[in-house]
Amino acid sequence: MKWNKKDLLDLESLSAEEMNMILDTAKSFREVLNRPIKKVPILRGKTIVNMFFEPSTRTSASFDMAAKRLMADTVNISPKTSAVQKGETLLDTARNLEAMKIDLVVMRHSSSGAPHFLASRIKAGVINAGDGQHAHPTQGLLDMFTIKEKRGGFEGLKVLIVGDVTHSRVARSNINGLLKLGAQVSVCGPSTLIPIGIEQLGVKVYYNLDEAIPQADVINVLRLQLERQKKGLLPSLREYSLHFCLDKERMAKAKGDVTIMHPGPMNRGIEIDPDVADGERSVILDQVTNGVAVRMAVLYLLSGGDAPLAEAIKKEA
Amino acid sequence: MSKSTIQNPQSRIHLKGGRVIDPQNHRDEVLDILIEEGRITGIGAKMDNARAEVIDIKGQYVFPGLVDMHVHLREPGREDEETIASGSRAAAAGGFTAIACMPNTQPVIDSQGLVQFIKSRQIPECRVYPVGAVTKGSLGEELAEIGDMYQSGIVGISDDGKPVTNSNLMRRALDYCRMFDIPVISHCEDKFLSADGAMNEGALATKLGLRGIPNAAEAAMAARDVMLADLTGGRVHIAHVSCAETVDIIRRAKRAGIKVTAETCPQYFILSQEAVIGYDSMMRVNPPLRSKADVMTIIDALKDGTIDCIATDHAPHSSEEKEVEFDQAPCGMLGLETSLGLCWTHLVERNILTVSQLVEKMAVNPARILKIQNSIEPEAQANLTIFDPLSEWEVDPSKFRSKSRNTPFKGCKIKGKAVMTIVDGHLIKI
Repeated sequence: MKWNKKDLLDLESLSAEEMNMILDTAKSFREVLNRPIKKVPILRGKTIVNMFFEPSTRTSASFDMAAKRLMADTVNISPKTSAVQKGETLLDTARNLEAMKIDLVVMRHSSSGAPHFLASRIKAGVINAGDGQHAHPTQGLLDMFTIKEKRGGFEGLKVLIVGDVTHSRVARSNINGLLKLGAQVSVCGPSTLIPIGIEQLGVKVYYNLDEAIPQADVINVLRLQLERQKKGLLPSLREYSLHFCLDKERMAKAKGDVTIMHPGPMNRGIEIDPDVADGERSVILDQVTNGVAVRMAVLYLLSGGDAPLAEAIKKEA
Repeated sequence: MSKSTIQNPQSRIHLKGGRVIDPQNHRDEVLDILIEEGRITGIGAKMDNARAEVIDIKGQYVFPGLVDMHVHLREPGREDEETIASGSRAAAAGGFTAIACMPNTQPVIDSQGLVQFIKSRQIPECRVYPVGAVTKGSLGEELAEIGDMYQSGIVGISDDGKPVTNSNLMRRALDYCRMFDIPVISHCEDKFLSADGAMNEGALATKLGLRGIPNAAEAAMAARDVMLADLTGGRVHIAHVSCAETVDIIRRAKRAGIKVTAETCPQYFILSQEAVIGYDSMMRVNPPLRSKADVMTIIDALKDGTIDCIATDHAPHSSEEKEVEFDQAPCGMLGLETSLGLCWTHLVERNILTVSQLVEKMAVNPARILKIQNSIEPEAQANLTIFDPLSEWEVDPSKFRSKSRNTPFKGCKIKGKAVMTIVDGHLIKI
């Protein structure tokens, strides 16, 4: 199969075959990360611009590292250092960058749909690194990569997503990707943080975490954005923690082989207890490592990588 | 569209053989109309006046001049987006002979001087009727000098763009306006419910990751306003109705004899929320595009008369403001130059409304609500729209007379077009 998309904007627009292609490619790159010299020169001569208009540590570092390990040139732009500060529009910023003959734009933005807006107006490929509360496709893919690595596959697997689903682009990308690959997905959280009509995406909704936990093979805990309390969506963080924190007691109700995930950054003690986050069922740091491999795969495929990967790596090395 | 031409009102015009649709006089027949010195001097079969310029309009319709009761002209303040002159030319190109302009300019039209300013900038292509603000600066705190503005020519009051949040102040506004028998045009939006919303609330908004605006944000305030109209005996006009719940409230209020009228806009019966997929900021409007079920309800409400008028909510925005991320784009779309053709294509061609019903929604009812003279009868000022039902055209914003280009209907194929208007006797060939 040949990759034929210019952009990666969300998982909804990818077929199961395309997602599997990314996951398979990422597997090869995951092996590269274990080598003493973690670089392959297959994107030499390509220029990738990381435009992060929202604060980000792991995603921006992960993309930057992924590009560098493929030996691409990278330019990092943040709102503080860009002309957006001077009133330049997103489109003008992108058009100017494009005039510098770039190949790919990796973009994070607080507005849902901002990467779609850009992708339809510039020739360079656009990778969505998180847009508003819409999608975070590479996070979804790295979560799926980690699940596949730990659980072997997706068919019939029961994945529970816990927390602020309304504002979570991670949740939406997980739902889109996992359902397409055959998993069953449930969400659980306070009713003020479960978005209207989420059932229509094909998920089951729980409002009681103790009821939801026993059936889950994988529990993906979302970060609670602390400002939600100020917006009247929660009475208090204390109450949230009492009802929705994944702690040791609740873990006792889970299946013995349950897999615990979190996209980070974590609020320890609010949505997840340190014992659980650092416990033996947690794969949270594996997710971070796998993130680099998945992003290497995405950058490679979107840069036109169509030869079998192993061959490409061998040829260029 | 080519540039309009305008002839002076002293001309004698003989409109020959047009199909005259005048619901007020239950008229639907092929007739001649004579116009002299700006007034209609004769209506009948095969009239003669040797001194008049004969215009053969066989196969075309003659309507009472179309009235758009909800337009934003942006002058003063944002003349780069629209002016009273450019908006009037756009109105003429769309077949309108009168427009009511909302007061949310910069500064807000909240005083006699500003009303007079609007009137002084009128051009012959279209009559412009200012709507005054309900409250000073549209800040929702103190009533504006409504009586003073009325004497200068306002036809209604509205804090359009902003709801009058204070229920007691809304009550006073409705009560006060009884003295002048002008409507309070209500922008129904509970801002606490609409919050930071960018599109209709529901599963699609959840999927697209855009914050939702529930129907209740509109309907809750519509319910309040009809109750206040009932309490005061004042006239409330519900602007840009978008959803089923509001329709239900208006229907019940009308049955109860409350003085409520309502308008909707083409986008609410042509487009649904699915148009937002793809994040095209042209689709961002307030209230937002609603569900398909809401669209069907709006159509039903047009048919059964619950919704009296079709307005445009013509909202010009510069391309640099609109060509941005969806949730950062200003709300609103143009309407003046596309409304009639869209309504004909989507309502009359599909047998949803008769020609006569369309004329009621676009000419008769808005004129009645705003008390604008607009009838086809001897001695009346000649304000007419001549419409070619067979003309087929494609929406090309680069040819708009508006200063802005923000239409979601670019490239749409439309059937039916105004070919000329007569405004107080001025003949405008479009």
